[in-house]
Amino acid sequence: MLIAITAIAVLATLFGLLLGYSALRFHIEGDPLADQIDAVLPQTQCGQCGFPGCRPYAEAVARDEAEINRCVPGGEALVLTLADLLGKDPLPLEAGEEKPKALAVIDEKECIGCTLCIQACPVDAIVGAAKQMHTVIAGECTGCELCLAPCPVECIHMVPIAEDSRSWKWPYPAPPADTELRPSTA
Amino acid sequence: MAGIILSSPHTIRPNRVDWLMLQVILALIPGIFALIWYFGWGVAINLVLASLFAVLVEAAALKLRGRPPLTTLRDLSALVTAMLFAIAVPPTLPWWLTLMGMVFAIGVTKQLYGGLGYNPFNPAMAGYVFLLVSYPLAMTNWLPPHMLAEHSLGFLDSARLIFTGSPPHELGWDAISMATPLDEMRTQLAQNRMIEEIRASQLWGDFGGRGWEWVGNWFLLGGLFLLWRRVISWHIPVSMLLGLLLIAGFFWSLDPQTHPFPAFHVFSGGTILGAFFIATDPVTSCTTRKGQIIFGASIGVLIFVIRTWGGYPDAVAFAVLLMNIAAPTIDYYTQPRVFGHGKGSE
Amino acid sequence: MQEPQTTGIQRRLWTFHGGIHVPDEKALSTGRPVARAPLPSLLTIPLRQHIGEPARPIVRVGDWVLKGQKIAEPEGWVSTPIHASSSGTVVAIEDRPIPHPSGLVATCVVIRTNGLDEWAKLPKPLDNYRELDPALVRERIRWAGIVGLGGAAFPTSIKLDPGPHLPVRTLIVNGAECEPYISCDDMLMREHAGDIIQGASILMHLLHTSECLIGIEDNKPAAIEAMSLAVAESDIKEATRVCTIPTLYPSGGEKQLIRILTGDEVPTSVIPAQIGILCQNVATLAAVAQAVLEGKPLISRYVTMSGRGLRAPRNFEVLIGTPIGDLIRAAGGLAGDVRNLVLGGPMMGFTLDSDQVPITKAANCVLALSEEEAPDPGPALACIRCGKCAEVCPANLLPQQMYWYARSKDLEKVQDYNLFDCIECGCCAQVCPSHIPLVQYYRYAKTESWAREREKRAADRARARHEAKEARLARLEQERKDKLERKKEALSKKPAAGKAGGKPGGTEATEDPKKAAIEAARKRAAAKKAALAEQGIGPRNVQGLTPSQQRQVDAAENRRQAPEAATTKGTGED
Repeated sequence: MLIAITAIAVLATLFGLLLGYSALRFHIEGDPLADQIDAVLPQTQCGQCGFPGCRPYAEAVARDEAEINRCVPGGEALVLTLADLLGKDPLPLEAGEEKPKALAVIDEKECIGCTLCIQACPVDAIVGAAKQMHTVIAGECTGCELCLAPCPVECIHMVPIAEDSRSWKWPYPAPPADTELRPSTA
Repeated sequence: MAGIILSSPHTIRPNRVDWLMLQVILALIPGIFALIWYFGWGVAINLVLASLFAVLVEAAALKLRGRPPLTTLRDLSALVTAMLFAIAVPPTLPWWLTLMGMVFAIGVTKQLYGGLGYNPFNPAMAGYVFLLVSYPLAMTNWLPPHMLAEHSLGFLDSARLIFTGSPPHELGWDAISMATPLDEMRTQLAQNRMIEEIRASQLWGDFGGRGWEWVGNWFLLGGLFLLWRRVISWHIPVSMLLGLLLIAGFFWSLDPQTHPFPAFHVFSGGTILGAFFIATDPVTSCTTRKGQIIFGASIGVLIFVIRTWGGYPDAVAFAVLLMNIAAPTIDYYTQPRVFGHGKGSE
Repeated sequence: MQEPQTTGIQRRLWTFHGGIHVPDEKALSTGRPVARAPLPSLLTIPLRQHIGEPARPIVRVGDWVLKGQKIAEPEGWVSTPIHASSSGTVVAIEDRPIPHPSGLVATCVVIRTNGLDEWAKLPKPLDNYRELDPALVRERIRWAGIVGLGGAAFPTSIKLDPGPHLPVRTLIVNGAECEPYISCDDMLMREHAGDIIQGASILMHLLHTSECLIGIEDNKPAAIEAMSLAVAESDIKEATRVCTIPTLYPSGGEKQLIRILTGDEVPTSVIPAQIGILCQNVATLAAVAQAVLEGKPLISRYVTMSGRGLRAPRNFEVLIGTPIGDLIRAAGGLAGDVRNLVLGGPMMGFTLDSDQVPITKAANCVLALSEEEAPDPGPALACIRCGKCAEVCPANLLPQQMYWYARSKDLEKVQDYNLFDCIECGCCAQVCPSHIPLVQYYRYAKTESWAREREKRAADRARARHEAKEARLARLEQERKDKLERKKEALSKKPAAGKAGGKPGGTEATEDPKKAAIEAARKRAAAKKAALAEQGIGPRNVQGLTPSQQRQVDAAENRRQAPEAATTKGTGED
């Protein structure tokens, strides 16, 4: 009896020491998780997740204060990536359907040169100056739609990106026959 | 923009799952006839019962999962499971045990995991082992082959045995049942008899028990048919039989009086059935070639080990299930060298 | 005349893993000789028929062009020019449907032919190419718009310039044509073996290669004989061997053919030139010979029209830009129930929704497949892990594992299983008992991976720009703060001075730096005014006023006088 108690106690002590040592030896500084999450976010800085930019959302997800399905431009692919990264279950998108990617286009005839959209753009994708016409650099526009609201003459419109045969993707094949009746999740 | 996109190849694709399963069923038929010939109608009744129960259980499971039942039933995999199960169990098995076996095999081992292609364990063997462990007595009530039997059971007697559990009037269980050769060999060896002595009895044929060994041959015929039709490849059967023969031969050479001749192992019990029909189940075995050889050889070795030193007389089911667990790991470590990678290219 | 070298010791051949035997169906289209396709009324020539950037058009709508005239210049290094396939008028340069699995459109030059088929003035033949700088010969090949005609459509002039650090010791001529139904290379070898060998000779000279191996599958005995004869009569007969290889799909894949003929495996993600080998299709070589020795650009090619859905399947010599519908009519029209119209072979080709798309440089075959040739494979069943797919994969991959991960959209894992080594040959899908569309999963995984990479690069750029903007705003904010700090310090050091206008309390200057600055400015302006007034110069902006402006000025003056009078009367109010 005594031997059994002693043996268990010794084992417990040994393993406890081992765990404690490992915790100290392999401790990581900083918050690499937020960095990893930020690295996979689409960086549109649109705020549609409810946070003022991608980095704050990444930090909130790392602290487990936000769900992984709130990013609209990231779409389903991002939900799956985050689910994989964090070991969580994928969730359907909070926003519902994925919106097709679009670019902002300024109607030059209507623009009054007020620079409000330039200040609103989080990636400086609009060139122009006070009283000069503004225009969007299509290659840098992320489609975040933050410039639409400030424009006083509502001259900015979102134009969906036309599919090009070079960027066309083969569609995901239809699911096997025996999964017919079940609606697809994620 | 195109409608539904059909991907290449745009050809006739001759291979089909139900065709594969049908060929397996065809290959089983010679062995089944041999079993019925030697051991009576109980085998046939069990086959019919097991097939019926398997189809019903699968249909019920599919309905519960919200899947279309006909599409899956049409691939005939439930039938194959049922037939293998019915061949493995004694011809005296009560009907409700067959039902339980099928519920466990199809419902739990196969459908709970996601249906065909998703089960990690061989369903027929899982059902068999489930019953063996839970109802050892019922699962070891074997009949002797007809030429050795004092009282053979007719069709009605067999049916009554299976459905009511009681042997015919005037006969008790002892009168109609007999141990299998493997069981017999095991008990005798445990009593420290010599092999020569044991084999002197009338029960023994050339290699295994009289009658029993011939059943193996008919299954071998079926297995060769499958090889010829390329339904299975030679790697698993050959490696399994070789593995068994080599280790049995090694121990036999050490002491021929306490270890039976290696061919005994091959022609007794479910070895040949296991080599060609059970271990080669594609869903639960390895997929890479090297992996298949390791898989098969390990099953052979395990069969010998369990039969000689383990707790049950026949070991095929246990050996197969144990290796089913290891199959994914073996696959992972035996991946072939991809064209253009590693040695062979710069 | 020397005897052809069909007999003699066959060179040693190697094998590759997997591969399948498929019924080759070549007899359908080889029964009739090659015909010239009738001149179409409209030629639709896409500006991008090659790997790389689309060419830039140098003609305008309404221009009259001649056959062989260059109508588009290459854009950048990886690009190739486009020529008019026949004489006529350019009626449009706009988006038109192109042969692509997506069914999308691309910019095309549309020419209405005038039926005369008049040639433009062609550059002179380079008969003396052996004495010329190789760069000039490559320039001619580039001018001619030659791309890989086996289907890859990579600009040939670039392929022929691997660089001095990658010497090419073996030229492999791909006459295998392993896909069922396709026989255009077969017919070309039978009828123009001389051109092909000429092309090989040119390439061998350009690249200083010492050996040429011609691989032809053994189901083409006439082609083997024709090529052997041509080799025997050529100037490279010592260095060239015609090798008959066993018919097995996909022996015609570049890497597979290299393995069969030389035993070498091209390492992954690397061009064959890395191991000293260059592989060219027979049609490309024939085009090279025509460009160098006759000055003709690439404006036509052999196309196989086959399948039991056509009444008279055969091969045609087709002008680039010919609508496929015209070719179907030339092949006797559609017969009976046609289930699919396929561009390419049955194993790797894609279906076309409409026959109003043009033949491009890369289009080698159009199939009209009947219901019995290409039945509906039915819905895909569950994978039974039989492993047949891995047995037949020529790249020795594990299609089963790739399928599982592609199905769960785990693209990283699919790439771990070497997704990009897959040549999309279709052997795995052909043997799958569950009829799973494996190739489509891999194509989906590849295009999705590329799309994600593009998005990731765009996201990284956006992140960098956003961080730069934040940094800029922070910097401006910091500068403003610093400026205010400095001003604060500067003003606190100035001695306290009385303000002009008799305001009491010099301490006010330190307590309100802004006010002090305004005060100082006002003092300076007043001093300046006084100085100017002494010189007799008044303020400049009160001359030449209009009556309404004068009225406004007077009203402002009155307003100014009134409060001042009020303040001087009452208590001082600043």
